[in-house]
Amino acid sequence: MDNILKIDNLTIKGYWDGNTTVLLEDIDLQLNRGEVLGIIGESGAGKSTLGLAAMGYTRDGCDITEGSVMFDGKELVDATKKELTQLRGSNIAYVAQSAAASFNPAHRLVQQFAETPVRHGHMTFKQAKQKAEKLYKRLNLPFPDSIGYRYPHQVSGGQLQRAMIAMALGCDPDIVVFDEPTTALDVTTQIEVLAAIRDAIKINNTAALYITHDLAVVSQVADRVMVLRHGRLVEDGETREMLENPKEQYTKDLLNVRRQKCDNTKSHKEVVLEIQGVDAGYYPGQNIVEDIDFKIFRGQNVAVVGESGSGKTTLARVITGLLPPNKGKVLFDSKSVSPDVRQRSLNTLRRLQMIYQMPDVALNPRQKIRRIIGRPLEFYSGLSGKAKKKKVHKLLDMIELPSHYYDRYPSELSGGQKQRICIARALAAEPDLIICDEITSALDQLVAEEILKLLQKLQTELGMSYLFITHDLATVKAIADEVIVMYKGNIVEQGNKKDMFDSPDHDYTELLLSSVPEMDPDWLDNLLLKREKVS
Amino acid sequence: MSIKGMVLKRLAAGIVTVFLVSILIFLSIEALPGDPATAILGQQATPENLAALRKELKLDLPPHTRYLSWLGNFVQGDLGTSLSNKRPVNEVIGWRFSNTLFLAFSAALVAVPLAIIFGMIAALFRERWPDRILSMGSLAAISFPEFFVGYILIYIFSIKLGLLPSVATIQASMPFWTKINIIILPCFTLLLVVMAHMMRMTRAAIIGVLTSPYIEMAKLKGVSEWPIIIKHAIPNVLSPIINVVVMDLAWLIVGVVVVEVVFVYPGLGQLLVDSVAKRDLPVVQASGLIFAATYILLNLTADILAIITNPKLRHISE
Amino acid sequence: MTFIKLLKQAPLSAKIGMVIILINVAAALLAPVIAPYEEAQKVGSVWLTPGQDHLMGTDQVGRDLFTRMLYGARNTISIAFIITCIAFAIGSGLGLLAATVEGYLDSMLSRLVDIIMAFPPLILALMVLSIFGTSIPILIFVIALIDSTKVYRLARALAMDIRALEFVEVARLRGEGLLWIIRREILPNAAPALIAEFGLRFSFVFLFISALSFLGLGLQPPTADWGSMVRENAGAIAFGITIPIYPAAAIAFLTIGINLVVDWFLQRSAQIRAQ
Repeated sequence: MDNILKIDNLTIKGYWDGNTTVLLEDIDLQLNRGEVLGIIGESGAGKSTLGLAAMGYTRDGCDITEGSVMFDGKELVDATKKELTQLRGSNIAYVAQSAAASFNPAHRLVQQFAETPVRHGHMTFKQAKQKAEKLYKRLNLPFPDSIGYRYPHQVSGGQLQRAMIAMALGCDPDIVVFDEPTTALDVTTQIEVLAAIRDAIKINNTAALYITHDLAVVSQVADRVMVLRHGRLVEDGETREMLENPKEQYTKDLLNVRRQKCDNTKSHKEVVLEIQGVDAGYYPGQNIVEDIDFKIFRGQNVAVVGESGSGKTTLARVITGLLPPNKGKVLFDSKSVSPDVRQRSLNTLRRLQMIYQMPDVALNPRQKIRRIIGRPLEFYSGLSGKAKKKKVHKLLDMIELPSHYYDRYPSELSGGQKQRICIARALAAEPDLIICDEITSALDQLVAEEILKLLQKLQTELGMSYLFITHDLATVKAIADEVIVMYKGNIVEQGNKKDMFDSPDHDYTELLLSSVPEMDPDWLDNLLLKREKVS
Repeated sequence: MSIKGMVLKRLAAGIVTVFLVSILIFLSIEALPGDPATAILGQQATPENLAALRKELKLDLPPHTRYLSWLGNFVQGDLGTSLSNKRPVNEVIGWRFSNTLFLAFSAALVAVPLAIIFGMIAALFRERWPDRILSMGSLAAISFPEFFVGYILIYIFSIKLGLLPSVATIQASMPFWTKINIIILPCFTLLLVVMAHMMRMTRAAIIGVLTSPYIEMAKLKGVSEWPIIIKHAIPNVLSPIINVVVMDLAWLIVGVVVVEVVFVYPGLGQLLVDSVAKRDLPVVQASGLIFAATYILLNLTADILAIITNPKLRHISE
Repeated sequence: MTFIKLLKQAPLSAKIGMVIILINVAAALLAPVIAPYEEAQKVGSVWLTPGQDHLMGTDQVGRDLFTRMLYGARNTISIAFIITCIAFAIGSGLGLLAATVEGYLDSMLSRLVDIIMAFPPLILALMVLSIFGTSIPILIFVIALIDSTKVYRLARALAMDIRALEFVEVARLRGEGLLWIIRREILPNAAPALIAEFGLRFSFVFLFISALSFLGLGLQPPTADWGSMVRENAGAIAFGITIPIYPAAAIAFLTIGINLVVDWFLQRSAQIRAQ
């Protein structure tokens, strides 16, 4: 076999505050010329560490303690600084998750593009500039012959990500390491970048390590997939083979996340919340959202979907009363309530609760769990002493956490457990409606799925409504009854989930829905083909 | 907002501050309990010199008129008359201020490059022995009062070794090198105190840039060590360092007061302290305003330079 | 984590700092007990060299220097402590309030602080003292005012950061009152940084009042205080007598001690935040 990269028995340890953590343990990896290997795992799986190690690089405080990294027959673990410098950028290139942070703000894009080829003596600056224009064009960047003269903060996120890919391909490297290159992007932008990556590496027959947490994304680009967990290999294999026949339970779980669908066909009568003709923004006359009208019925799940900048968070702030609207009304139980949270009655406040994206900052790190959950009980229902304690334990039971968590601080809990505490705090108020603001996007997929299951179970028991604010269509598919699609501050379409997913009316809905990657290796090809035909 | 707009806004804020400060300084006389003239002259006041002082302080006019005429005179260089020796204030102050600037400037000339070099060394050898030594040294320098450093230096270099004069009474007629020889000790005292802060901030700024993702990216692009520092780190670190340096110069101008007293240096600071003790208000007002204005001006310069040299802001309007 | 355990974990530098602070506090508290003579008692001739009767010699009017040093610790430390407490009460109270209420109160207070901070602190103090003369209440007032602006800025910035976190929004949406939010949600999270700041501010106030005393505008004779003692004995240095260096060294010693502890504390809270 013609291995361009061969990693054997690699162990990497990290040192912090005198503690040693094993980041990667006993990893073997082979990559052939022109092959794309997907590396997949949840946070803490060690996938970025592995990607960097493939370039003979470890971050400060980490060390390769065992094993070897062979690039094209050359050992990188004990290579000199000079050898590594010559190799990096020329033979192995890197694409980081955040292009905005990884471009130097002081230099123009093309200067940064030309740096490696000129310094390593492959090209003159003029040749490098021509090469840049060629690559910018191939990656579908607008104004390929002039965009290079801009500074990083003068181009959009998706364009910057493509400029970084162009930079990585500047010296026609043998391997490119992609570290979550599309994670920070909106779904519709993600497609473009994903297609660009695939074409670019195909044309040059470049090998690649593609690191991501998203199995659906990786199945579009990778020939083979490696699943990592807690720094160890779970399984690896051909992409199609693994999608069809996963061997390990963990891989099966990851695969099942996206396939879960449920149809909630309930009949809804009683209106809980109604929004009438709301315009809102932070300054009068400058509306971020306009003409918002919708209703939520008791026991119903409504999802507001949109990409960043669509105004969905502003809408949530209007409902909670943190941002009084410039025009329009918020009605609770068909009765108009004050637009300002400070003037709402305790009962109104109690009936509307909120769960947030980042459980870390939604819980006061200086309060114990019993206080966090207990406070709404004493505040709204006047419970105290034993009655309060009993109720807190009951709530802990409902969110499926052991009762000894009663006396713990949030920092002793994992991300998913913290999110459960947030749910319990909301439940303690016995609300009619819970607003869930991107509650799964900071969590690993399996954890997120558990949280959604819990919410469904609680809804069956207690019958409240949920309003999901999200950009993640997988969440929508899993749990919503009714979907509201927002685009640039307006509702472009709203209706029953099933109808909408089957036949979207609006072009944007169509674009949005079709952009969600599916666990089908042919999905991206088919989609691009379809879109080409239409245009 | 465009970069021009930001600079103009900061400039306007600076001018307004100088105005407010001048009003406050003017009001300081107004705030004297009872009749200022009596308060100043105390019990020895005779009706004649009370009346003379009232006229001198223009107490017979309404406050805003007095303020405007005071400010007008100030701008024209007429700072009033000293109460203690009856000489025009600008005559008393002029030479002293130039001495203070001479001392501060000499200290800055040595302190700035040294502090930046030490800061860079500490940042590049972060958590290793050069950094540890420098950080212990700067911690000590920050903790020491100026007079402690000053008297130690006098004790060692003037008394024990007899190398340098212990008293820095310079005169206008002295040749340049004699002046330099005289101010070596006060200069050294001053720069120790200022350098510590400058060095710590430089170190922090450089470390902040060196741990940023674009430096890691440059390493992964195969750029070697020195080009990373010169091409990638320095352009971004310039802005915070310039800001810190100029702000510390503002501190230096003020820190000079104690040092001048230690070395009996005929500067504006010592004059201010003497005048406060004598309650010679016109001199206090004038020298206070000069110190405050220099301080505000340098802080203003620091902010504007930071805006102009920030690469993210510089190219915003292109 | 218990307090004792925390202290045991401290690095050597912080332990040294704590010992220094303890020595100074002990000297300040026990001055009347330890001191061999009265605070202002003349016991011998001028500038005697250290010996059996006078551990550190005598000062410019023949008072026992060791006694003066002990009382100096008592006077300087206690007044600096009082000033820091006042500055903290005003600065952090208003800072937390301004950040939580926002609106007019915030912009008014912040502009006021901007103006006070536009003055170099020492010059502002000198100007105020030139008007009102030097007395302990005026000293306390002017230094506390200058210092409270810095505490205000920090407290406000901390509270602004914390306020933006969602657990505070949760409390607001629950309908909690303003004081409850400040006391239960914001203050406990701002506390570590404020405690470190207290150390820094104390060392600043301490150096500041020592500098004023050294300039002859701080505590007035015959009160013993380290800054004034340096000033009064400054002439001795010309004769090669090191007496003025003792009180100066005492000031440096205590400030280093505080800074060592504060440095450790700041590093520790930075680590906690990074986790």
